[in-house]
Amino acid sequence: MTVTEEQVRRPHTVGATDPRSPDDHGALRRAVARNLTAYGFLCAALICFALFSWYPMVREVVLSFQQNNFVDPGVWVGFDNFRTVIADPAFRSAWLNTAAFSGLALVIGYAVPFVLAVVLNELKHAKAYLRFVVYLPVMLPPAVAVLLFKWFYDPGAGLFNQALDVVHIPPLSWLDSTSTALVSLVIVSTWMNLGTGTLIYLAALQSIPGDLYESAELDGAGLFRRVWHVTIPQTKLILLVMLLLQIVATMQVFIEPYLLTGGGPENATVTVAYLMYQYAFNFGDFGGGSALGLMLMIVLLIFSTVYLRVSREEDAR
Amino acid sequence: MRTLVSPLALRSPRGRIIYWTILTVTVVGFTGAFVFPLYWMVTGALKSPDELAQIPPSFFPKHFDLHVYVDAWEQLQLGVFLKNTVLYAGGAWLFTLAVDVSAAYALSKLRPIFGKLVLGAMLATLMIPPMVLLLPTYLVAKDLPIFHADLLNTPWAIWLPAAANGFFVFLLKRFFDSIPRELLEAAEIDGASPARILWSIVLPVSRPIIGVVSILSVVTVWKDFVWPLLVLPETDKMSISVGIASLSAQMPQNVLIASLVIASLPTIIVFFIFQRSIMAGLTAGSLKG
Repeated sequence: MTVTEEQVRRPHTVGATDPRSPDDHGALRRAVARNLTAYGFLCAALICFALFSWYPMVREVVLSFQQNNFVDPGVWVGFDNFRTVIADPAFRSAWLNTAAFSGLALVIGYAVPFVLAVVLNELKHAKAYLRFVVYLPVMLPPAVAVLLFKWFYDPGAGLFNQALDVVHIPPLSWLDSTSTALVSLVIVSTWMNLGTGTLIYLAALQSIPGDLYESAELDGAGLFRRVWHVTIPQTKLILLVMLLLQIVATMQVFIEPYLLTGGGPENATVTVAYLMYQYAFNFGDFGGGSALGLMLMIVLLIFSTVYLRVSREEDAR
Repeated sequence: MRTLVSPLALRSPRGRIIYWTILTVTVVGFTGAFVFPLYWMVTGALKSPDELAQIPPSFFPKHFDLHVYVDAWEQLQLGVFLKNTVLYAGGAWLFTLAVDVSAAYALSKLRPIFGKLVLGAMLATLMIPPMVLLLPTYLVAKDLPIFHADLLNTPWAIWLPAAANGFFVFLLKRFFDSIPRELLEAAEIDGASPARILWSIVLPVSRPIIGVVSILSVVTVWKDFVWPLLVLPETDKMSISVGIASLSAQMPQNVLIASLVIASLPTIIVFFIFQRSIMAGLTAGSLKG
């Protein structure tokens, strides 16, 4: 990251003390003035970050150990909130569904964009069109995309069942059956986000030196061996970064269950984030909700720590 | 430049056939997967409820009647939602630029003590996924610490959190770091104040990165759903995404679809115009975040 690369440079500042000046008093005064100016420029950001990022992190931990009605001061209840939440039958489903959602989203949403990018990188025609089109769904507001798919999933006249009918496959109940509901959510989510991964991989592929492929070919490597021995090792770090990024993103899934299924049928699509929302805004239990949030935070922090390490390595390349 | 497949293999007759087959499959596949749903949405809105329920569906709507869009506009009060969303996104854009540009400038060029610590603390916020802080952040918006203001149902609930964006500060700071110091020293010798240097020298040369940050911030706020859902519960204050979602159950199918079209138009138009910057922001965002 840039923070470290600057350390080697000579510190330069606007309004910095003039090195030739022998007057220490003036130098100190100017340094104070410079710092005051700097913090003047920083204060708006500091207030915003403090209120909406730093303080909520602390508050999250405090809330999850409190019984709170937000009128009286909160009562410290130790791990009670966690016990309540864990005893909830939806708790197990929520974690399993979140894990399944992430897993399925990875199976589709991770490999497919890479394959698409490899293909796109070879095409010499219609490049701009393909790139534009694959990113189009990403630009739709997620609420619009999800509601659009809700209509496609309609068991009667929905587009998907109509399409199945054309190839003589009996209609599916998509969102209404415990066996297909979660997969249906994954499909929407993948459709919405596929473009991001594809374009990032495409950018990475373009930086692979062509002579690597050439020498591999001279050594007699076929197409798939070239992908395996050149393309994948050359994009290894980005593949890893994207893997972690996607785990963190998909484990926060909320809008799909909220708009499509409400967690049903029979808790088949309750996710951790959705359960957290329900605790707070449907049951009025912010303690329980925060306890869930804290658990999710700990799990995701593990992934983001690894992500940070990997992306630093990628940055250093 | 040489890629996976050698130009030689492409020129052979067999290579050409394979190439054109794959190209056709890709173009058709992409169009089917990503454009057709949008086509279905735009034309679906034009169909009457009867035609929508009809099996098999009609590929082209029978009557070309734009009246449903007018209905959607009126029944769903889309005008109000759109106006709100413009207000939220525009304000968030101004706040983000004012707050994050001056912060990045201070950290990059004024170098205060603890500057690195401050930057580190701002970057650390990127490690915590927003969803897990939803509840405490909501409580902050509901009852702002120290000031004790209730921001719910006010634009401030969108504007202030949007400005606290560690990624934008990072992007801007990195760009400011690359501005040659001679440029700033010259201005300083001429007696320009730090604010003047920021306004007259740093900002004009930073247009590309400011463009990227502007588009990203507007699009992010426009697309957001969960946060406005929580902090703008009043119907008259809702953003377009939340408004449509909350009224979706009571609307006839074709009116709802028409409103989906109207809601997606602004971001699609922005994408048409600013493709390049958006994709540049995407690669900057994913690899260096």
